[in-house]
Amino acid sequence: MSTGDLQGLYQQVILDHAREKHGFGLGNGQAPDTASHQVNPTCGDEITLHLHLEPGDGSIGSVRWEGQGCSISQASASLLADLAPGIDVPGMRQRIDAFRLAMRSKGTIEPDEDLLGDAVVLGGTSKYIARVKCAMLAWVALEDALLKLPAAP
Amino acid sequence: MTTTPVATTARPFSASELEALRADFPILMQEVNGHPLVYLDSGATSQKPLAVLDAERDYYLHQNAAVHRGAHTLAAEATEMFEEARASVARFVGADDDEIVWTSNATEAINLIAYAISNATAGRGGEAARRFALAPGDEIVVTEMEHHANLLPWQELAARTGAVLRFIPLAGDGTLRLDLLPDLIGERTRIVAFTHVSNVLGIINPVAELVEAAHRAGALVVLDACQSAPHLALDLHASGVDFAVFSGHKMLAPTGIGVLYGRRELLNALPPFLTGGSMITTVTMEGAEYLPAPQRFEAGTQRVSQAIALGAAVDYLSAAGVDRIAAHEERLGQRLVEGLSAIDSVTVLGPGPGRERVGLASFDVAGVHSHDIGQFLDDRGIAIRVGHHCAQPLHRRFGVTSSTRASTYLYTTDSEVDQLLEGVSDAIAFFGAHA
Repeated sequence: MSTGDLQGLYQQVILDHAREKHGFGLGNGQAPDTASHQVNPTCGDEITLHLHLEPGDGSIGSVRWEGQGCSISQASASLLADLAPGIDVPGMRQRIDAFRLAMRSKGTIEPDEDLLGDAVVLGGTSKYIARVKCAMLAWVALEDALLKLPAAP
Repeated sequence: MTTTPVATTARPFSASELEALRADFPILMQEVNGHPLVYLDSGATSQKPLAVLDAERDYYLHQNAAVHRGAHTLAAEATEMFEEARASVARFVGADDDEIVWTSNATEAINLIAYAISNATAGRGGEAARRFALAPGDEIVVTEMEHHANLLPWQELAARTGAVLRFIPLAGDGTLRLDLLPDLIGERTRIVAFTHVSNVLGIINPVAELVEAAHRAGALVVLDACQSAPHLALDLHASGVDFAVFSGHKMLAPTGIGVLYGRRELLNALPPFLTGGSMITTVTMEGAEYLPAPQRFEAGTQRVSQAIALGAAVDYLSAAGVDRIAAHEERLGQRLVEGLSAIDSVTVLGPGPGRERVGLASFDVAGVHSHDIGQFLDDRGIAIRVGHHCAQPLHRRFGVTSSTRASTYLYTTDSEVDQLLEGVSDAIAFFGAHA
């Protein structure tokens, strides 16, 4: 990996999100619809994610989170918190699948900007196998939270 | 092994000696990510010299056969080489041949002790093993700086037997709170298990003092020598420890081979952990008589090539001079910790410059996660360890979830330490400038 690649991994958007974390903080007083706690056993990094649904149409209202980790994991959670609001549950599952597919592609699949928005900046991470778990941590937490939702009537 | 294991009289390697040593490790000569490899992760696993690789290959080329069974020539030669390797390792650590039990690694060796004690507690091993049996309320003492491998087997043993697990906490500088020993080690203490050298702090623990406190209470001492056997001269007999464990792969040997040392009378009184072929004298459909140590702990086909390679590894270390390796690494360790301490926003976990340590230091960088430091350094071909290093309670003690660790070995150069220091400074600038 050349220094050019390092800049590719740590794009400015990622470093900005790692510093200014969107959706960070759980203490807004509202009980979440579901929640998930995930740990990366390799490094001990962790995230607690709360999912709030829109009362009306059941789409995602907001994703709130707290946790600690490297800039990739923090930026990824922040970008996810930006992406999720307004998306319905099946649509969110589809996006998590698409993100995972790109992350596991070792750089062969460009993430789809129509689906993933700004989170495509994490595409460079997929070339670094050891860092894929960092990028996935928040997304796995949201996936787990979605699984805990009561089945649709 | 004493409380001051570094022989200060030994000379570190000269530049030309170091160059000659490094030529024995072809892996060090490669480029990684367009830069010469700087391997500073020997605390996780060491690189292997040609002599070790050749020993394992030669065995497979010329002698490969089952050991301790069969009467043909190759079987006899293989058995002889296997036992010679045991003798080499025994000499290397100041033990007798029959006190060296082969295991897969140190983790398995500690589990072997814990499960054998469990078996004794369940009544196995007869009268001789009764001394190991634990009763509810008996105490096992570890330290707050243990690798998970020297913590979890004791947690499990305590859970199975009703024993209570206690630990020696750390002072602010990472050293053990020895002032608390009188409260922690007493008449209920049965086992005291601790690491000789911390895999995170680089601290050398006072073995003699801990052994004395444990033995005064009638407790057994289990020494985790994973980070000392590769780097310091050990004399296990002189140390008085009852058991000691270490892993071959951290001391120039391949993976898959480790060692349990136990005092002879203890090993021969301890019931086996794994049972099966090659560890018995007589078997009926109802029961079995077991061989004395070490065979009673070596059930099944053994790791013959790896044991022979470990024999070659300790021969290599002896030829290089263990005292000289210790002196070399002590110097590197000081260079490392002095350099790190001089960088703003870096906090070294454990003792600072001028304090005794091996060639290993872990550090926290304020505002930059260890994974990000590690990634930045890897871009320059510098290999270090990031994460919790299998010591989560220790990291929690220092209020961090992870750290960055650099660790040296006999082949490490001053220049490599300097490249690391420069890399850490540049990483801070990189992430700091963007953050």
